[in-house]
Amino acid sequence: MKYQSQSIAKLYFIAAIGLFVGQILFGVTLGLQYVIGDFLFPYIPFNVARMVHTNLLIVWLLFGFMGAAYYLVPEESERELYAPWLAKLLFWIFLVAGALTILGYLLVPYAALAELTMNDLLPTMGREFLEQPTITKIGIVIVALGFLFNIGMTILTGRKTVISLVLLTGLIGLAVFFLFSFYNPDNLVLDKYFWWFVVHLWVEGVWELIMAAMLAYVLIKVTGVDREVIEKWLYIIIAMALISGLIGTGHHFFWIGAPDYWQWLGSIFSAIEPIPFFMMTLFAFNVVNKRRRDHPNKAAVLWALGTAVMAFLGAGVWGFLHTLAPVNFYTHGTQITAAHGHMAFYGAYVMVILTMISYSMPLMRGKQAGNARAQVIEMWSFWLMTVAMVFITLFLTGAGILQVYLQRYSDTPLGFMATQDKLEIFYWAREGAGLVFLIGLLVYVYSFFAKGEEVEMLETTTVAN
Amino acid sequence: MRETFTKGMARNIYYGGGVFFFLVLIGLTVDTVRGLPKTDNSQNLTEEVAAGKRLWEINNCIGCHTLLGEGAYFAPELGNVYTRFGESTDAIKGFIMSRPKNGIPGRRSMPQFNFTPDELEEIAQFLKYVDGIKVARDWPPNKEG
Repeated sequence: MKYQSQSIAKLYFIAAIGLFVGQILFGVTLGLQYVIGDFLFPYIPFNVARMVHTNLLIVWLLFGFMGAAYYLVPEESERELYAPWLAKLLFWIFLVAGALTILGYLLVPYAALAELTMNDLLPTMGREFLEQPTITKIGIVIVALGFLFNIGMTILTGRKTVISLVLLTGLIGLAVFFLFSFYNPDNLVLDKYFWWFVVHLWVEGVWELIMAAMLAYVLIKVTGVDREVIEKWLYIIIAMALISGLIGTGHHFFWIGAPDYWQWLGSIFSAIEPIPFFMMTLFAFNVVNKRRRDHPNKAAVLWALGTAVMAFLGAGVWGFLHTLAPVNFYTHGTQITAAHGHMAFYGAYVMVILTMISYSMPLMRGKQAGNARAQVIEMWSFWLMTVAMVFITLFLTGAGILQVYLQRYSDTPLGFMATQDKLEIFYWAREGAGLVFLIGLLVYVYSFFAKGEEVEMLETTTVAN
Repeated sequence: MRETFTKGMARNIYYGGGVFFFLVLIGLTVDTVRGLPKTDNSQNLTEEVAAGKRLWEINNCIGCHTLLGEGAYFAPELGNVYTRFGESTDAIKGFIMSRPKNGIPGRRSMPQFNFTPDELEEIAQFLKYVDGIKVARDWPPNKEG
C-alpha cells in the first residue's frame, strides 16, 4: 500500500463481507422454504426473504466495487484520494441507509413500507431487484454522485491509466443506468423494457468493465507482467463485452410484447456474449503463465484464476444455454434462469471482489500476504464455496430441465405446483450444497483471523525462465 | 497477442464498437417504443388497471411470482392467469380472498392480503390487461405458464 487513503477500502470490504454473510443466511432460508413451504410463514414470507437475499447481494457488491475503487484509484493515479473524509462519510450514509432498508423489509409488511416512505409521490417500488423505497434509491444516487466525484477528481488530477479510466467509465455507467429505476410507467411493456436498462446494462454491460479493470489491476500486481500487454487485453475484452452485450439486451425482449426482430437480434448478439468471458479466462491464465515474479499471495492468484473460469462458466456457458429464442421459449422464467443467475453472479462479481479483497487486505494490514496458514484456510474457503456453487447450479439445472419437460414440453403438461412437488429431490440437494457454501463462507471469514508463520516479504523474487 | 495488433487498435475497437452499438440500441429502442401500441394492450390500460399495477407492486407480488416470465420462480406465472382461470376475474378474486392467514402446514401458500373489494377488482383487472398483451409466439407454451 503506497498511499494512506487507500486504507479506506478496508472499511468497505469489512461491510461487504458482513452483508455477504447475511445474504447467504437468507439464501439457505429460501432454499428451505422451497421444500418446507410454510417455514417462517407468515413472519418472513418467501418474497421478503428473497428481497433481502437479492438486495443484500446488490448492496454488498456495490460496497465491494467502491472499496476496490478506493484502493485501486490512488495507487493508479499516484496520489492520495481527493477527499478521504467524503469516502468515510459516504460509507456510513450508505451503510445506515442499507441497514434501515433491510430492516424495513423485515419488520413491516412491504405495503406498509411503501406507505411509510411515500411511494405514491414517485412510485418505484415492487419491481424485481429495484424493491428499495424511492427514498433509498435517491440515497443511492447521492452516494454514487459523491463517490464518482471523489474518484473522478483523484483520477483527473493524477496519473491516468487505462485501468483507472475503464473503471471510471464502468462506474459512471452504473450510476447513469440506475436512473432508469425511477421510470415506472403504468404500461407494463414499457416498464419491463426500461427495467432491463438497469438490470441488463448493469450486469451484462458496465459491470463487466468494472470487473475487467479490477481483474487487470490484480493481475498486474501479482504477476508483474508488462502493463502494455495487460491493457491491450483489457481493451479487447471490454470491447467484446459492449459489442455483444448492448444489443444482447434483446434476449430479455423475447416475451414481453416487444417487436419480433428482437428474437433474432437478441439470439445472435447474446450468442457472442460468452466470448469476452472466454477471453478473460485466456487472459488470466496467459499472464499468470508469463509472470515475472512469484507473488507471496498465492490465495489472490487462485481467486483471480477462479474468477476468470467461473465467470465464463456461469455468465458465458450457462447464459448461452438458454439464450437462443427457440430454447428460451421453453426455459424462460424457470429454475434454469435461477441456475444461471447463481453461478453468473458468484463467478463474475462475487469472485472478482473477493480477488480484490484477497490481494489488498493483507497490504492494508501491513504485510504483503496473509500468513501461510491463513492462506491455506482461505484457499479451502475458495474451493468449498466454488464447488458448492457448481453443485447449486447443477441441481437447479436438473430441476429446471425436469420443470420445463413436465410443465411446458410434455403432451400432458402438469400445473406449476404439481410440477414443483416433483422437483423436491433437486431442491433438497440444492439446500445441501447451499449449506456447504455457508460453511465455506464461514471458513473464509475465519481466514482473516488465522494466526501462523508470516510470509517473507519478497517483492523482488523473480521466476527463472 | 502478436505485435501487429497494437494497443491503439484494441482501444479503437472498444470506443468505436461501444459507441456504435450503443447508438444502435438507442435506434432500436425508439423503433420498439413507436411500435408498441400494436402489441402492448394500451387501449385497455384504464385507471383501474393502473391502480392494480400499483397494488401488484406495493405487495411485492414479483417476489414469488413471475409475470411474463420475470420475477421469482416460487409461485405460478401470472401473465396468463386470466386464461388459466377460465377468463374469469371472479375466479382470480376468489383465489386471492381465500388464502388462509396462517398458511398451509408444510406447503407454500400465498399470504392473505386483506384487500378491499375495490382493490380485488383492480388487481384482477390488471392481470386481465397483462393477459391481453400480444407476446411473441403467444408465450408461455401452454396455459400452465
